Amino acid sequence: MNWSGLYNYWIVIALMMTGLYVMISRGNLVKKLVGISLFQTSVFFLYISMGFVADAQVPILTAGVERYSNPLPHVLILTAIVVGVATTAVGLALVVRIKEAYGSIEETDLHRMDNDF
Amino acid sequence: MLQHLPILLVVIPLLAAPICSLLPPGRAPWLLATGVSWLALWIAVVLFMQVQQAGVIVYAIGGWPAPWGIEYRLDAVNALVQLLVTSIMAVVLPFAALSVERELDHDRLGLFYAVVLLLFAGLMGICATGDAFNVFVFLEIASLSSYALIAMGRDRRALTAAFRYLIMGTLGATFYLIGIGLLYALTGTLNMQDLAVRLPEVAATRTAHTAVAFVVVGLSLKLALFPLHLWLPNAYTYAPSAVTAVLAATATKVMVYVLLRFVFGIVGVQFSFGVLHLNQIFLVLAVLGVISASLVAINQTNVKRMLAYSSVAQLAYMILGVAMASVTGLTATLLHLFNHALMKGALFLAMGAIAYRIGNSDVASMRGLGRRMPWTMAAFVVAGLSLIGMPLTVGFVSKWYLILGALQLGWWPVVGIILGGSLLALVYIWRIVEIAYFQPNEDGVREEAPLALLLPMWALVIANLYFGIDTRLTIGAAESAARVLMGLGP
Repeated sequence: MNWSGLYNYWIVIALMMTGLYVMISRGNLVKKLVGISLFQTSVFFLYISMGFVADAQVPILTAGVERYSNPLPHVLILTAIVVGVATTAVGLALVVRIKEAYGSIEETDLHRMDNDF
Repeated sequence: MLQHLPILLVVIPLLAAPICSLLPPGRAPWLLATGVSWLALWIAVVLFMQVQQAGVIVYAIGGWPAPWGIEYRLDAVNALVQLLVTSIMAVVLPFAALSVERELDHDRLGLFYAVVLLLFAGLMGICATGDAFNVFVFLEIASLSSYALIAMGRDRRALTAAFRYLIMGTLGATFYLIGIGLLYALTGTLNMQDLAVRLPEVAATRTAHTAVAFVVVGLSLKLALFPLHLWLPNAYTYAPSAVTAVLAATATKVMVYVLLRFVFGIVGVQFSFGVLHLNQIFLVLAVLGVISASLVAINQTNVKRMLAYSSVAQLAYMILGVAMASVTGLTATLLHLFNHALMKGALFLAMGAIAYRIGNSDVASMRGLGRRMPWTMAAFVVAGLSLIGMPLTVGFVSKWYLILGALQLGWWPVVGIILGGSLLALVYIWRIVEIAYFQPNEDGVREEAPLALLLPMWALVIANLYFGIDTRLTIGAAESAARVLMGLGP
C-alpha cells in the first residue's frame, strides 16, 4: 500500500478526529460549533480528494485535452458547504439566544441552572 | 399535470414557505400553510393509488434520465410514508391555529408557518428522491427547520434542547455524508437503484463495510435509536405543542424509512444481515431500548417528556421488526411506523390542548383533568390504550405482527420483551389516568378545550380505532411495502 500517496486522506482523518474531539470535549457552545465545522470541513476535503484523476486537467472543455478530473464531487460539496454555512448560522443564532436567556454559554453552567443532566 | 405530481409534492411547500414569511401576521400564514397541507394530502392520495396500480412511478427531474440525473422514485414503501406525513400535517396544521397563537409571539407567526412548510418540503423530498446525495440535502432542510421550530418553545430550555439536537443531528447527517461519499468512491454512482446493482461487486472491501457503518450510525442518530436518543426527550418536551406532535409523528418515522431504504434497498439483505450482521446489533439495541426507555418513562414528572421516552421505546419496536429481517417483521415495522404516528400524534395533540388550558404539562397539573377536560382526557385515554396495545386499537395490530414475526423465528424471549414493554406502557399511561380521574381538583370547573383543538385530536383518535378494526388498508399496504423491501416484488 502506498502510504504517502494517500496523504490527503490522512489529513482528512486527522481533521475529522480533531473536530470530533473538540465538539465532545469543550463545554463552550461556540467551541462546540467550531468543532463541528472542522468535522464538516474534513468531509469536504474527503469529497474533493475523491475527484482527483492522475494526469488530468481542470474540468473545463478544452481542445486537445483527453483526461479531466471528476467535477461531480466538487459540485456535491458546493451544496454541502452551503448546508454547513446554514448549520453554523443556525447554531450561532441559538448561542446568541442562549446567552440572552441564561447569561452564559458554558455547558456546565447551563446544566446547573436547569438542574438537568 | 398529473405526471408532475411527484415533484409538486416537494415544490409546492417549498415555494409556499417564502410567501408565508411575507404574509402579514395573523391568520393568513396559517391559512396558506393549511391549504398547502390539504393540497399535498390530495396529491399524496392520488400518488398512493397510482402506485397501488402501477407498482413504481419514476419521475426524472428536468428530463435527465437516471443515473445521471436525479430521479424521484415512488414505490409501495415511500408512497405509504408520504401519505402518512401529509395526513399528519393536514390534521396538525388546523390544530396549530389556536395552539401556536397561544404559545408564540404574534409577529412570529408568519415565520413559524414558513419554517413548518420548509420542514414539510424536506420530509417530502427525503421520501420521494431516488438519489442518495439528494437525501442528505433534504435531510438537512428538514433538520435545520426542526432546530428552528424547537427553539421557538416558550421555556428557555427549548434553546438548549435545540442546540443539543443541532450538534447531534449535524453529526448524524455528516456521518451519512461520509458513508455516501465512500460508496460513491467505490461505485461512481449516487442513484439508489444503480448503487444496489453495483455495490455487490465491491462489497468485500473494507471501504464498503466502513461506508455502511457510517450511514447506519448516522441514520440511527437521526431516528433516535437507543442509545443515540439523547437529543430527543428535551427537544420533544420544550418544543411548542404543535411542533412536538409533528416531529413525533413524522420526522423520526421518515428517518426509519431512510434506514429501511438503505439497509434493504441499497445494501441488500445478503450483505447487511449475512455479512455485516446488522440484525444482531439492531436486535440488542432494540431490546435494550424498549426496556430502558419504558422504565425511564415511568418516573417522569412531565407528561410530554414521558411520552418522548415512550417514543424512544416505540422506535426501538420498529427496529426490532427490522432485526427480524423477514417479511412479517418488516410488515410489523411499517405498521408500527404508521400506527405509532397516529397514536403519538393524538397523544401530543391532547397534551397541546391541555397546555392550552393549563399552561404546562406537568404530571401534577393533570389532577382532576378527567372532570375539567373530559373530551381531551378521553382522547388521551383511547390513544394511551392504543400505545399499550389494546385490541380494537391500532397499537394491537402492530404489536400482534411483531409477536408473529418473533414467533416465526422462535424468539421466545423477544416475545416476552414485547409483552413486557406493553406492560410498562400500561404502568406509565395508567399513572396519568389515575391522577386525572381519581385525584379530584379543588375547583371542579369544567373547562373543555375549544372545538378547533378537539376536532383534529379526535380525528386522529378515530383513526386509531378505525385502523384498529378495519385493518385491510394498513396491513395490505404495509405487507406489499415489506415485500418490495425484501426484493420479492409487490
